[in-house]
Amino acid sequence: MIRFILIQNRAGKTRLAKWYMQFDDDEKQKLIEEVHAVVTVRDAKHTNFVEFRNFKIIYRRYAGLYFCICVDVNDNNLAYLEAIHNFVEVLNEYFHNVCELDLVFNFYKVYTVVDEMFLAGEIRETSQTKAWGPPRSPSLSCPGGRHPAGSGPQGRRLHPTASGPQLRAEATSCVLSNRAVVV
Amino acid sequence: MPAVSKGDGMRGLAVFISDIRNCESKSKEAEIKRINKELANIRSKFKGDKALDGYSKKKYVCKLLFIFLLGHDIDFGHMEAVNLLSSNKYTEKQIGYLFISVLVNSNSELIRLINNAIKNDLASRNPTFMCLALHCIANVGSREMGEAFAADIPRILVAVPRDSMDSVKQSAALCLLRLYKASPDLVPMGEWTARVVHLLNDQHMGVVTAAVSLITCLCKKNPDDFKTCISLAVSRLSRIVSSASTDLQDYTYYFVPAPWLSVKLLRLLQCYPPPGGPWQGPCPRQVSWAGGELSQDVPSISSEDAAVKGRLVECLETVLNKAQEPPKSKKVQHSNAKNAILFETISLIIHYDSEPNLLVRACNQLGQFLQHRETNLRYLALESMCTLASSEFSHEAVKTHIDTVINALKTERDVSVRQRAADLLYAMCDRSNAKQIVSEMLRYLETADYAIREEIVLKVAILAEKYAVDYSWYVDTILNLIRIAGDYVSEEVWYRVLQIVTNRDDVQGYAAKTVFEALQAPACHENMVKVGGYILGEFGNLIAGDPRSSPPVQFSLLHSKFHLCSVATRALLLSTYIKFINLFPETKATIQGVLRAGSQLRNADVELQQRAVEYLTLSSVASTDVLVRARSPPGPLHPLSLALPLLLTCSRPPTRQATVLEEMPPFPERESSILAKLKRKKGPGAASALDDGRRDASSNDINGGVEPTPSTVVSPPGRPRGGSTWGIVSSHLRLYFLQSTPSPSADLLGLRAAPPPAAPQAPAGAGNLLVDVSSDGPVAQPGLGPTPEEAFLSPGPEDIGSPIPEADELLNKFVCKNNGVLFENQLLQIGVKSEFRQNLGRMYLFYGNKTSVQFQSFTPTVVHPGDLQTHILSAWPSPLAPDLPPGLPSWDEMDPVSGFLDRWAQLAVQTKRVAAQVDGGAQVQQVLNIECLRDFLTPPLLSVRFRYGGASQSLTLKLPVTINKFFQPTEMAAQDFFQRWKQLSLLSGPAPNRRRRKSSKPPTPWTLKSRRPSSWVWLRLLDNVDPNPENFVGAGIIQTKALQVGCLLRLEPNAQAQMYRLTLRTSKEPVSRHLCELLAQQF
Repeated sequence: MIRFILIQNRAGKTRLAKWYMQFDDDEKQKLIEEVHAVVTVRDAKHTNFVEFRNFKIIYRRYAGLYFCICVDVNDNNLAYLEAIHNFVEVLNEYFHNVCELDLVFNFYKVYTVVDEMFLAGEIRETSQTKAWGPPRSPSLSCPGGRHPAGSGPQGRRLHPTASGPQLRAEATSCVLSNRAVVV
Repeated sequence: MPAVSKGDGMRGLAVFISDIRNCESKSKEAEIKRINKELANIRSKFKGDKALDGYSKKKYVCKLLFIFLLGHDIDFGHMEAVNLLSSNKYTEKQIGYLFISVLVNSNSELIRLINNAIKNDLASRNPTFMCLALHCIANVGSREMGEAFAADIPRILVAVPRDSMDSVKQSAALCLLRLYKASPDLVPMGEWTARVVHLLNDQHMGVVTAAVSLITCLCKKNPDDFKTCISLAVSRLSRIVSSASTDLQDYTYYFVPAPWLSVKLLRLLQCYPPPGGPWQGPCPRQVSWAGGELSQDVPSISSEDAAVKGRLVECLETVLNKAQEPPKSKKVQHSNAKNAILFETISLIIHYDSEPNLLVRACNQLGQFLQHRETNLRYLALESMCTLASSEFSHEAVKTHIDTVINALKTERDVSVRQRAADLLYAMCDRSNAKQIVSEMLRYLETADYAIREEIVLKVAILAEKYAVDYSWYVDTILNLIRIAGDYVSEEVWYRVLQIVTNRDDVQGYAAKTVFEALQAPACHENMVKVGGYILGEFGNLIAGDPRSSPPVQFSLLHSKFHLCSVATRALLLSTYIKFINLFPETKATIQGVLRAGSQLRNADVELQQRAVEYLTLSSVASTDVLVRARSPPGPLHPLSLALPLLLTCSRPPTRQATVLEEMPPFPERESSILAKLKRKKGPGAASALDDGRRDASSNDINGGVEPTPSTVVSPPGRPRGGSTWGIVSSHLRLYFLQSTPSPSADLLGLRAAPPPAAPQAPAGAGNLLVDVSSDGPVAQPGLGPTPEEAFLSPGPEDIGSPIPEADELLNKFVCKNNGVLFENQLLQIGVKSEFRQNLGRMYLFYGNKTSVQFQSFTPTVVHPGDLQTHILSAWPSPLAPDLPPGLPSWDEMDPVSGFLDRWAQLAVQTKRVAAQVDGGAQVQQVLNIECLRDFLTPPLLSVRFRYGGASQSLTLKLPVTINKFFQPTEMAAQDFFQRWKQLSLLSGPAPNRRRRKSSKPPTPWTLKSRRPSSWVWLRLLDNVDPNPENFVGAGIIQTKALQVGCLLRLEPNAQAQMYRLTLRTSKEPVSRHLCELLAQQF
């Protein structure tokens, strides 16, 4: 079962926090800080799994963002690792080359996407087309024109379709990728 | 999710977020200023006369939400958010629900409105709105919502399918799951449960994905109700696994068909035993399965089960086969998705643990991953193999990978991978490879990360002990541990080595030599000094013959470390020194000099000072053979002069003696406390490889594991064992060594760490000096502890309390006699009269009220404090009791419930209830019928409770029922005797069941023989058997219902040395030891 989902940037700013257990605000803050401390020290040669209290965190880094899912210790690591990727691909479709700023300016939409894919701590939907829904009018998703601060590191695309090690290697570059074709 | 319409973007919100982001780069104050400005603006809009349109309302609520997520408090806007719920526009509704989910408030007024809105949406037949409402319930998951909707949601879940309703079903399934987890009582099981199972057949894969999670959760609580899910899950899985990589369209992920659904189905199957019962042979995990009975009541597999089984095996094999196929894509997503299924398949195979072929294939597959370039895969393979190692079928296959695993331990960059490698080595270790594994772990320890050193140390210590072929290897290993990672060697570890060395005399000399050598290193760890101090103090004499390690050399070596050590270690070393005086009289002058030095006698640390003073006095008062005799001090002691009364009493005629400085007696065997510690440290998964493969952490609370706080305190192995002939005194000395007293105010002999003398197994010898000196429990002033009367007058706990401190002494009086006054104080006198024949006994207890006031609620109860016994039957048919003829009653009559006595019970005691009132001056009688079912070590306890003058009184005593009461003497010829004597010595293990005691007055023939009729009747003293006429030998048989235990005794007095040696041999080691302790008290 998923205990919480966190999206943080390298500086530790939370871009999304979704809780599937009851915590009070102080505990949430503490967890956020601990996760950040645990995850950011790891490098590309490390696994994508970290023991965390009585649970484990499955995480993946996309450009400057860490997507972390905290699950029970006997949950399937790879399934959740790919669930993260699936989620990022859906975000990518939804925002047409997602970047960190999309998550900032459209935080309320991200919550909706999360609820489509994960509910009550379980995976609800895995089909990208069903989770993402029918295409929207293009005027709203024109890259660059969506938010006033579209440049800088937080405007970097997350490249969800790049695979594993390359993904991390590219994380330092600022090149915009073409919109990926999801197979 | 519906199409996003125009107007979805909220320009005002975007501007606000930009402003905040600009503030971030300036200062926190600027941000707060901006936020306050916005809050004021929103407040005025909400309060304004002009009604806000939906868009504005949505925009402002969304701004509030953003402010809240930044970490600021929001105290208004809830009503506007609730208003949004009833909007007809999706985007407005969505913001409303989001606000409610994130800022849920227990305001009752709002909850009612919210629930109303949810109800409307659930009834709307608009799938989008229904989903929003269900998501809100699932996200909030409060009890109020459960009460309002738990009954409705199952209906939505199993409603007649319509295409557009699929997404609603998905949400409903998981919403129900959330409510069930939060408050299971609110979710009624019923007719819908059967239909939920059939959702596994749903055409819509998303519905199945959600439903499997719900079923997995529900079936854990009610395995039988859901067992039809097995065949449905298998067939669904089979369809997915065998489908082509594009068949499932949307649900194919990087050429892998429905990976998440497959994983979920495989996990669901892990809730059940293999279809059709264990597939092959007896399955060791059978009992742990949720639906265990499924496998038990199916002796022959039905054809349906066989079909399911066949299909499932096919699935598992297909997955294993696919792992060998060339990848369809080079993308890591492809291999991850494929391997997610593979690992879950292997988990299921391990869970079934009955198909050797599959287990070995799984192991081989994992073996390939051990060298994979993906760190993730290496990590998971190591983790998975750990559980495979515990299966008898795959243990050998796992062992073949030992070199790879050792290599992983050395070369992996990620500490968590190395840790898994260490876990796996631990799991695959057995006698054949223990030496290799332990030495590799030791080598790794030198460079290991600090984070996992302690765990490695524990593992090494456990493996070294468990698989030690010779104990010198074990000693070497532990000393190496201390040398390499002394800081991480916890008390449990070095206690354990002392315990083992003490118990095994074949290793003592080697241990002494080795620690002596280790101590010669210029810098050695303090733990090494502790171990060295202890071992040399005990066994230094074994190497004293070598001039290189002569006593003075040993002493100066230890003393050279003294000043660099902590107080605890120094205290231990002082105890070593006093033992040296005993072992090596030639060191006495030197050591006395050290003790006398101002740095000791006037040490600022009270503990050290006290030891120095006591030991110095001890060494000078005592005669050459350092014999310390003492008796109970007559009155209260002043806490500051604790040491003196102890020694002053030496000059008085002793009643009981104790040799303080003797060698330690063997420790009792028990579960290694190290293992307990490892389990505690690692939580449920710790020793997984050794005992239980599968961890179940679903019930864990995330806060539970913040730190490894031990829930139970592991008693160090040095805790006094109740059973030593040395009684509490030697226990104390052991405490000296092993438990440095935590504070200077500790009482004389650190007894605070000892169990109260009333512990059930407290030895018969606990009644000697130091019990009195130190009283029980936390009372810091020993002599001022409760007197028997005080203890008696203090109100007792509801259940049976601990026996009073002198219970043991009272018991000792009755070891060799059957009648007398068991207990007496100002209120109550308890007399006892008993007779025993074979394994039966009858005891009369007389309770005399010594006051003039009536006792009320007078309830004497008898319990047996041992582990697995006691069936006390207080409801004994009353007509039998009063007029039983004298002598033993007919046991046929008296044993109406013998079926009740299980085979583990040691004693059966039947008591008759007595009148609840005892008048002043009156005496009541209670009859106890006792049957010895098997050998026992601890006497039953008698607890008496009553009310006297309004105050409730309670008292617990040990009933004078000891095992020697069930003796039957036997005659034996000299030849027979020594033949059996030899046999029994072979039987009894390494721990000698003999006791040497120094005695002021050796027992002489006449002291024994004068007692012969009354006290030694239970053992036949055999004349003309022992070649030495000074010695006594005797033989007897312990009669119990279950078995008879033969017992031989030999007592060898040595008048010159004022010592005697008592040896008891029986076929049961604990019995020998126990008898020895009982009898030793009698001289």
